[in-house]
Amino acid sequence: MLYDIWTVFWREWLVLRRRIGRFILSRMVSPVLYLVAFGWGLGRSIQVNQGSYLDFIVPGIIALNSMNISFISVGSPLNMSRLYHKTLEEYLIAPISSVAFVIGKVAAGALRGLISSLLIIVLAYAFGAHLIINVWFFFALVLNCLVFASMALVAAMTMDSHEDMANFNTYVLLPMSFLCATFFVPDHLPVALNWMIQILPLTHASLALRAIATSGAVPVFSLVIMLGYIIVFIGTGVWLMEKVRE
Amino acid sequence: MIHIKGLTKKFDDRTAVDDLSLDIDKGEVFGLLGPNGAGKTTTIRMLTMLTKPTAGTIRIDGCDHGDQCIKAVIGVVPQHFNLDIELTAWENLELHGRLHHMPVEVRRRRIAQLLEYVELSERASEMVQKFSGGMKRRLMIARALLHRPKVLFLDEPTVGLDPQVRRRLWELIRHLKDEGLTVLLTTHYIEEAESLCQRVAILEKGKLIALDTPAALCQRLGAYVVEWDEPEGFKTRFFADRTRASEFAATLTTTTTLRQTNLEDAFVELTGRKVVG
Repeated sequence: MLYDIWTVFWREWLVLRRRIGRFILSRMVSPVLYLVAFGWGLGRSIQVNQGSYLDFIVPGIIALNSMNISFISVGSPLNMSRLYHKTLEEYLIAPISSVAFVIGKVAAGALRGLISSLLIIVLAYAFGAHLIINVWFFFALVLNCLVFASMALVAAMTMDSHEDMANFNTYVLLPMSFLCATFFVPDHLPVALNWMIQILPLTHASLALRAIATSGAVPVFSLVIMLGYIIVFIGTGVWLMEKVRE
Repeated sequence: MIHIKGLTKKFDDRTAVDDLSLDIDKGEVFGLLGPNGAGKTTTIRMLTMLTKPTAGTIRIDGCDHGDQCIKAVIGVVPQHFNLDIELTAWENLELHGRLHHMPVEVRRRRIAQLLEYVELSERASEMVQKFSGGMKRRLMIARALLHRPKVLFLDEPTVGLDPQVRRRLWELIRHLKDEGLTVLLTTHYIEEAESLCQRVAILEKGKLIALDTPAALCQRLGAYVVEWDEPEGFKTRFFADRTRASEFAATLTTTTTLRQTNLEDAFVELTGRKVVG
């Protein structure tokens, strides 16, 4: 099982290693824009909880970016592999389990999310942010990457066209990007909307990363919620991999 | 080597494969023929565990359908080019070898040997995206053979390839048979089946309508055929011997052709359609 997970991961690593330079450069664009616009630009005139706005939004940007990168690293390539290139069949006819495939793919997607998040942390320090980065911060970050890499796997195995995958981004990821405590505290929103936001996984990633980065506190509840999402998405992913043969 | 009994696949209300029973011997090159949509690819997909049958049983080299051991016994070359375009030729084979748990030394030796066999050694480190259709197909055959399967499934192996490349692949398939491999191929190029297969099964609308050697299928109609044009269309008539066929041809006032019956004639007569391709 471990060897099979490694094989699936190895293929992804091979592709990433070949284009690591391009990957890093392209991943720096949107975080730099966010940091300039919201950190330097807007942020100079805003104070949040007696701290700078830059310190407030950096965990949000990390949550948002790790979500996007983990999702797109798994979602579109797997959807294309299933529907157009048919390379998924190479795994389906191989003597490896669905669990190994799912874990290998999700881990590789999460790795890409992690690499791009590390870049943002470096950039944030360069922009003058003050953050507490400890083991719990990385734990929360890894969980968020795993949540969205596994969500992408479920979406890729469910959506029956490339356009549907794009729509999934528009209807699910884009609203989360703005609403899930990334750029502001959602407490002042209407109660019903606030409740909805509290259910979404990115909210817990933003809250957890911000709590750790600003005070060092460990937000156990949010970490457990993220862990719950991972278990549900991976379980669904394995079920979908079994079902794909029917 | 392959035992299929009562194999059925239904997609909602449509029956793609209907109660198919077949036995294919070890070392045989067996052809599955049929018009487009006859159920050939669905049959291959069930045999290779890519699709679950609705009913029926499959047994390959002693392994039942659903057993993981089947995966070690079969090699699959699908109809579409499903190589990983983000990897090189070598890496594609390396991935396959790892997925089939081949030890590193054995894997590397076998990859080098198979790339040599399909004449792609010099292109091993190139991305497969740059390969021509014939090169991709040869690499897919090498990939399917990497883990030393006992049965090779080829789904339309030469579709879209030019005649020279097609004949080169035929040579390769004959060579595999000589090495004792059992080959099941689907095709709608009738001359391909005639040239390669010891026996053929003809499917139509999911049902098996004929199963025999190409020669025996031709004999069923008559050894000779006369073809001629009439205002209402192209006509054919079969004869047991050449003398009777010549006598009949002499009675016709239009341009006629007298020739030996081939598998395509048998196919058209049995399926009632001209094959595409």
